[in-house]
Amino acid sequence: MDTEPKFFETNPTAGVVGQPLNRVDGRDKVMGRARYSAEFNNLPGLVHAVLKTSDVAKGRITGFDTTAAMKQPGVLAIITHQNLPKLAKTPNDAEGKKAIGAPMGYLPLTDDQIHYAGQPVAVVVADTLERAQYAAALLKVQVAAEKPLASYEDPRAQLFDPTKIQDGKAQAHVVRGNAQAAFAAAPIQLTHKYTHATNHHNPMEPGATTAHWEAPDRLTVYESTQGVTRTQKALSTMLGLATEQVRVVTKYLGGGFGCKGSCWPHTILTVQAAKFVGRPVKLALTRPQMFTSMGHREDQTQTLRLGATKEGKLTALIHEKTSTTSPWDNYAESNSKIVNMLYECPNFEASYQLARANVMTSTFTRAPGEAPGSFAIESSMDDLAYQLGIDPVEIRLLNYAEKDSSTGQPWSSKSLKQCYARGAELFGWSKRNPKAGATRNGRLLVGWGMATASYPVHNSQGTARARLYADGHAVVQSGATDLGTGTYTVMTQVAADALGLPVEKVRFELGDTKLPTAPNSGGSVAAGTVSSSVYMAVQDLWQKLIKVAVLDKKSPLYRAKLTDVEAKQGRLQLKADPKKGEDFAALMKRADMADVEGNGQGRYGSGYEDAQAAANADPAKKDEAAHHSMHSFGAHFCEVQVDPDLGTVRVTRWVSVHGAGRILNAKTARSQIIGGSVFGIGAALMEGTVRDQNLARYTNASLADYHIPVNADIPDMTVEFIEEHDPYINAMGVKGIGEISTVGVAAAVANAVFHATGKRVRELPITPDKILGTKSV
Amino acid sequence: MNNFSYIQANSAKEATGIRQATPQAAYIAGGTTLLDLMKAHLAEHPQLVDINALPFKGIEQTSDGLRIGAMERMSDVGEHPLVLQQYPAVSESLLLAASPQLRNMASIGGNILQRTRCGYFRDAAFPCNKRVPGSGCPALEGDNHNLAILGTSDACIATAYPGDLSVALAALDAVLTLENAKGKQRRVPVTEFYVLPGKTPQRETVLEPGELIVAVTIPAAAHARRSTYLKVRERASYAYALASAAVGLDVQGGIIRSARVALGGVGTKPWRSPEAEKVLTGAPATEATFRAAAAAALRGAQPRDDNRFKVELAQNTLVQALLKVA
Repeated sequence: MDTEPKFFETNPTAGVVGQPLNRVDGRDKVMGRARYSAEFNNLPGLVHAVLKTSDVAKGRITGFDTTAAMKQPGVLAIITHQNLPKLAKTPNDAEGKKAIGAPMGYLPLTDDQIHYAGQPVAVVVADTLERAQYAAALLKVQVAAEKPLASYEDPRAQLFDPTKIQDGKAQAHVVRGNAQAAFAAAPIQLTHKYTHATNHHNPMEPGATTAHWEAPDRLTVYESTQGVTRTQKALSTMLGLATEQVRVVTKYLGGGFGCKGSCWPHTILTVQAAKFVGRPVKLALTRPQMFTSMGHREDQTQTLRLGATKEGKLTALIHEKTSTTSPWDNYAESNSKIVNMLYECPNFEASYQLARANVMTSTFTRAPGEAPGSFAIESSMDDLAYQLGIDPVEIRLLNYAEKDSSTGQPWSSKSLKQCYARGAELFGWSKRNPKAGATRNGRLLVGWGMATASYPVHNSQGTARARLYADGHAVVQSGATDLGTGTYTVMTQVAADALGLPVEKVRFELGDTKLPTAPNSGGSVAAGTVSSSVYMAVQDLWQKLIKVAVLDKKSPLYRAKLTDVEAKQGRLQLKADPKKGEDFAALMKRADMADVEGNGQGRYGSGYEDAQAAANADPAKKDEAAHHSMHSFGAHFCEVQVDPDLGTVRVTRWVSVHGAGRILNAKTARSQIIGGSVFGIGAALMEGTVRDQNLARYTNASLADYHIPVNADIPDMTVEFIEEHDPYINAMGVKGIGEISTVGVAAAVANAVFHATGKRVRELPITPDKILGTKSV
Repeated sequence: MNNFSYIQANSAKEATGIRQATPQAAYIAGGTTLLDLMKAHLAEHPQLVDINALPFKGIEQTSDGLRIGAMERMSDVGEHPLVLQQYPAVSESLLLAASPQLRNMASIGGNILQRTRCGYFRDAAFPCNKRVPGSGCPALEGDNHNLAILGTSDACIATAYPGDLSVALAALDAVLTLENAKGKQRRVPVTEFYVLPGKTPQRETVLEPGELIVAVTIPAAAHARRSTYLKVRERASYAYALASAAVGLDVQGGIIRSARVALGGVGTKPWRSPEAEKVLTGAPATEATFRAAAAAALRGAQPRDDNRFKVELAQNTLVQALLKVA
C-alpha cells in the first residue's frame, strides 16, 4: 500500500466517533454479567489461595509452624520459600529482571529474607476462601527481626546518585545551558522545597489472579492487569515456557492507575500454587494487601530553584528530587521532564537522589513524574506571578513555549493558549481579585488558582484485526485492556465509522493474548494506538475487497486502478467519480465471500511516513520530515473555600480545558478528565500513606484511614476540549487523556489555597494541620 | 475471620445467659464494628449472640428525659423529630457519622462501644498495649497525628472512642441503663462509662462481662435544646473527627445560664470539659468568653509531634460550635 489514508480523509463527516455514546459494556457491568479476573469460578476444581505476609519490615525467616494450619479441613498446601516450585528465571538478578520485565528486583518466597512489611512469606491454598484465610491465620512464622529503615527521611538513610532512574529508562542528570550560572545571575531567585506523601493507587478492583494449568505446558491466567502481553511475557519467562504456551485474559478491569501495569509477585505465586496443587487457583489481594503488593507513588521531596528576570521571564530552572526506593531497584518518577519542557527557559538542570529503605519498589502512578513535578513548577510559577504582581495566566503566557525547550523540537500541535483562554472564560477568571487573602464568603476564605497541564504522547505500536461479514456485521479485535474508562466503547465507534456500519453491528473484543498484540494500557497510549490499529485493520480489509472488485467484471469498479479506488462509509468507489462504485455487501455476495478480514498496525508518528518518503526522494525536503515534540496540554482552574479556624479546604468550583488531539467519545472523555481531576484533588488534599518511621510499616492501610475524595468533596466540574487536529501522532490523531487530567491539579488547588489564605503550602496533602495558623494573613 | 457459631437470643436473659456460659462469646447487633474487628483478627469470638430481637427499642419521653433503646439504629434516632427538636447535637452527631448504609445498620449500643481507629490497634502486626497488654505503644513515637492529646498515658494515646454520638451524650448528661446476667439493671452516666487508659488501656469502659446496654436516657434541658455538634475531618464526609465539639448553651439576656461542653477526637475518651463549662456559666455569651472557655478546656493537653495542631484545632472547633448556639 502506498500512502495510507488518514481517518479524517476517509471520514470527513465522521459518524459516531466523538459522539457521547453510552458505554457498550455498561449494561453487562450493571447486570453483573461482565466477569472480572477473580470471577471465573466455574473452572473445574477451582481452589483458593491467600497470602500470608510479613509483620515486620526486615529480618530473616527462621522457621514455620504449619501443624495447626495443615490440620484444618480443606487445606491443600502451604507454599513457602522452602517448597515453591522452581522457576526458570527470577527477577532477583539484573538479567532476570530485564528478561521478565519485572517491576521489582526481588521475588518473595525465593529465600528466607524479609525486606519489607507486607512481603508475602507463604501462600496458603484451601478448597474455600474462608478455610484458606483461617489456615493462614493459624500458620506461624518464626522471624529474627532486625531494625528496618523506613524512608529517605531517616537520619540513617544513605542518599546516593542513581545515575539512571525509572529502572534505567531515564537519565538522572539532565543539563541544558548553564543553569547554575544563570540562576546565580538572575534578579529574581526562588528556591522552594515541595514534598509529596506516599500515595497508593487503590483501584476499586484489587489485584487478582486465577491460574489454570490446562496441561503441563499450557497455562491460562485470568489476570487483573493493564497489559495481557506484558504479563504473558513475564510469566512465560519466569516459567521457562514459550510465549504462546501462556495465555493471559483480562476481559474487564476495575481500574489500574499504573499499579496493574506490571506483573507483580502475587501473580507468579498464584501460578506456582496452581502447579503445586494441580488445580486451578484463584487469589485476590485484600485491601490492606493492596498497600504492599503492587507498588505506590514514592514519598519524595523536590527542591526547585527558579531564576527569572524582573519582567518575569524564566532564565534558569534547577530541579532536585530526593525519594525513597527499595533495597534492589533505582525507581523514581521522572519529575524533571515536565519542569524541563513546560515553559520556555534557556537553562535547565536536573538531578535525583535516592535512599534505599525497607519498602517494596514504587511504580508508575497516574502521570508518573508529571503529577508531582507539575506541583513543583506550577507552585513556583504562581510564586513568581505574585512576587511580580502579574496575573498567573499572564506569567504563563509570558513564558509560553513556542517549541519544546527540552528538545528544541516544534510541537506537533499545541492548543494551550486556547485552553487558558477558554478556561479563564468559563471560570470567570477576569473577575479575580489579584490580592491574596482578600476574598471572603462569610467566615470562609475564598481562593482562585490555576495551573497548566501537559502530558507526552508516548511512542507505542499495536495491532488489530477486523473481520467484516457479508451480512453487515463485524468483529474487531485487539489484545488491549479497557481499564474501565471506555476502550470497548471508543473502539467500537472507530470501527463502526471506518466500516460504515451502525455501532450495533460491530463487536469489539479485547483483553486476551490470543488476539492481535496491543501495548499496555498505560502512559495514555491505548486510545491512540489501538484506535489507529483498528482503523488500519479496516483499511486493510477494504484493500482486499477493492482487489476483488477491480477483477470482477460485474463490478462498476472493474479494471479500475487500485489506487484510484477508495472506501467510504462502507462503499467502494472511484476517488475521481464517487458515483461509480458499490456497497461491500453486493460485491461480497457476488464473489460468494462469507467474510473478509484485515489486519492493521497502529503506529506512533505515522504522520511522518509521507514526509519521510518525500525527504528520501528529495534531500531538499529533509526538514519537513523533522520530528516534533508531541504533547497534550491543558489548564485547570479551581476555587477553594478555606475555613481559617478549622483548617479545612473544600474545592467549590472546577474548570478543566484540554487540547488532546481527537476526542473519541465526548462522554467517556469527560468522565476520564473528571476522574483524573478527582485523583489529583485526592493527592492535593487528603491522600497519604503513612509509614511508621521506626517499624517501616503503614499505619493507615485501609480505605477507612487512607482518605480518597468522596462525592461531598467534589463540586460539579466543567470539562471542555479544544478541537485539535494533529497530523503526526498516529492515523487517528488521538493523543490520549488518561493522565493529563491529573497533571497540575495539586498545584491548581495549592495555588487557590494561597490565593485564599496568603499561605503557600508546599507539602502534600494539604490537611487541616497545614492550614492552621493562617488566621493572621 | 475464624469460624464461629451463631445464635439468636430472644430475651436479655437468654443473651446474658449464653455470655455467662461462654465468656468469649460476643453480642452482635448491627455488626458494623464487630465484623471488621473479627475479619482483621483484632477480636476473636467462638460464638456470636445476635441481640437484634431484644426489645431494647423505642424513642420515648420519660420523666427522666428522652429514652432511646440501645437497639435503635443510628439513622432512625438521628432523624427522629424528638431528637431533632430537643437534642440537635445528638441528631447532628449521628447524621455526620459514617455513611447512610452504616447508619442504617449500626445500633446505638454498638456505636457507644465502637473501638479506636488508632492504626496501631487496627493492625495486628503492630505492638499495641490496648490489644496485647504490655506489648508497647509505637504510636508514642510514631504516627500520632489523629490520636489523643487529653487523658493520655504512657501506655496509650488512642482516642479509644473515635465516634461522635458519645461526645454529644457526654455533653448532655446522658445516662446509660445496663443489665447483667441476673437481670439486674444499673444506671451509669456516659461521662463515667468510659475510663481513662492509665496503665490498663485494654479496659475502656465500666461495662462488666456479659452486661448489656439497654437504653440511653438524655435529660431535657434548655441547653440541650440549644445544642450543636461540630465535626472537623480531613474530607467532607465519611471520616472520623480530627476534632469535634458538642456544646449546649442556655443564654438569657446575653448571659450564659448553663453550658455543656464535650470534645471528640482529642481525648482518650469523650471529653466532657467542666473547666470550659465553669468559664462559660454566668459569663456573657461572647467570642471572648468562648475563647477563654476553649483555652480552659485544652489547658491540660499533652500533644506529641504529629498532633500538636489539635490544641489549636480543638479550641477553634469549640469556639465555632459555641458561636453557632450563642
